[in-house]
Amino acid sequence: MADQLLDVKGLNCPLPILRAKKALKDVPAGGTLEVLATDPGAVKDFEAFCRTTGNELLESKHTDNVFSFVIKRTA
Amino acid sequence: MATDTNTKSMSMIVTKGSLDWAYPPFILATTAAAMGLDVTMFFTFYGLTLLKKKLDLKVTTLGNPAMEMPMFGMHIGMPNLVSAIPGVDAAASTMMKNLIKKKGVASIEELREMALEADVKMIACQMTMDLFEYTPKDMIEGPVLGGAATYIETATKSDINLFI
Repeated sequence: MADQLLDVKGLNCPLPILRAKKALKDVPAGGTLEVLATDPGAVKDFEAFCRTTGNELLESKHTDNVFSFVIKRTA
Repeated sequence: MATDTNTKSMSMIVTKGSLDWAYPPFILATTAAAMGLDVTMFFTFYGLTLLKKKLDLKVTTLGNPAMEMPMFGMHIGMPNLVSAIPGVDAAASTMMKNLIKKKGVASIEELREMALEADVKMIACQMTMDLFEYTPKDMIEGPVLGGAATYIETATKSDINLFI
């Protein structure tokens, strides 16, 4: 279970990334954020976001049209 | 925002002020800022209108042969000629705004606000302000006034430079 949960279901590019960036500010270093999204583009976008910002993408899952990502704040 | 020398940066020239063309610059600016880049936007000519306090953005079918709208379960082309019919561009703009809402796409006002919150630097072209007779009163708070040299100085130091 992640430390914090962010629901961006129904939102389209670039809102999932922008909301996640904002939410990460409230996650302590080493903590985790789980993001729930319905935008299929978010899969590649969260990979790129994490690579560029230096945060760690611990998990990327797809169940019942919902994509879930767990990001560890390391940056 | 970090300002150490390893920070990547992006600049863009924003020249268009229609509803459809307003999206790429604001989407890229907010996303780049979220990814840790220092971002500068230079608003010139019709792009300058995107800094007005009150936005009333429109699309036109004119000069846009690729424009199609999803309607009645298919895609309906919008021939250039129909923009001459009164009300067609207004209807297309309303249709586009409804689609934007329905598909969970942010409004331009929302993206612009997020760009400012993320410390995206905005430069309003002074020459365009003079040319089209705008005063700083017409514009939102935040952008600074500048000219081509101001932009070029930023561009020489940026990793990515875009013209939109």
